[in-house]
Amino acid sequence: MAAVNLRPVGASTCVMAAGTAMGPIVRATAEEIAARELASANEEFSRMVERHRPRVFRFLLASTRDLDLAETLTQECFLKAHRNWSSFRGESSAMTWLMRIAINLQKDHWRNRRMQFWRQTRTNSVDLDEASEWLPSGESSVERQLLARERVYQVWEAVKGLSERQRTVFLLRYVEEQELSEIARETGLSEGTVKAHLSRALTKVRAELGGGR
Amino acid sequence: MRFGDRRGEPAERDGQAEPGTGETGDLALEQALNDFRMSVCAWSEAAYSRPRTAGRVVRQRSWRLAAGWALGLALAAGGVSGAVFERHQRQQMARAAEQQRLVQERQRLIREQQAREEEEDLLAKVDRDVSREVPSAMEPLAQLMAEDERK
Repeated sequence: MAAVNLRPVGASTCVMAAGTAMGPIVRATAEEIAARELASANEEFSRMVERHRPRVFRFLLASTRDLDLAETLTQECFLKAHRNWSSFRGESSAMTWLMRIAINLQKDHWRNRRMQFWRQTRTNSVDLDEASEWLPSGESSVERQLLARERVYQVWEAVKGLSERQRTVFLLRYVEEQELSEIARETGLSEGTVKAHLSRALTKVRAELGGGR
Repeated sequence: MRFGDRRGEPAERDGQAEPGTGETGDLALEQALNDFRMSVCAWSEAAYSRPRTAGRVVRQRSWRLAAGWALGLALAAGGVSGAVFERHQRQQMARAAEQQRLVQERQRLIREQQAREEEEDLLAKVDRDVSREVPSAMEPLAQLMAEDERK
């Protein structure tokens, strides 16, 4: 007859035994959960890219007037966003967060460009005539089309003369149609400063429209 | 129409809107801003949906890279050839200076030799002049010595 150990098994021994036996199952479940979370996060990020990419691109295109550069900066913006997606806590909207990244990227670009003037001797920005060729589709007569083109050209001319901050604030307000509070959050400025920049920008646009070509 | 009321739609341009309406209080400005926004939207949409030209960008970049390398190599070659030329020039100058020094040394030796020869000639001349006097002065004594030997 085989000897049987009749020593009562303590609670801790039970837990250890359970842990040893259930180990692979628990680990597999944790891995599955992590994979599922990752897939879900990726899916959420993809949806976010689809939703906001055109707006980010539009803002960067208007800021730089350079198609290739706007595309590159948009890519960089979403690459940066993807890297920091896990740290995005949703304190602001995703659009605000993305715009903040885009504004910083274009700011860095202009800052670097001043220093590397000899690395890239020419700019790819399209000229104002080309930029103002895009007209609102509702212009019926030729005369109205010409007038609209003239107005768009004059606004571009004024935007060209704005400082970096004025231009950013102006484009966010009048192209992206954002609220002042949202612009303030994105640019890191106070609402008062945003208003002041906007006012100066509008004064320049008004002067340009008054002066004509 | 107020600015931004209808995204992407054209503004009314019949001029019947009251001046002072809208955010800026300036109808012309409102219209211009509206046109501008829609123009940017149209441009952006067209650009966003255009076929991507990654190849062209890559070519541009590779062209720039090649140009950068070529410029770098040209600068490096220029620097190296400049250094070689400078070294060669210095060697030439050192060689010329050495040759000049040798010529000067040779001339100095010749001058010394000439001076020595002149001095020797002078000494010989003096010796000759003096030796002519001495035998005549010593002649009687020499004759006496010769007579003593004969005896």
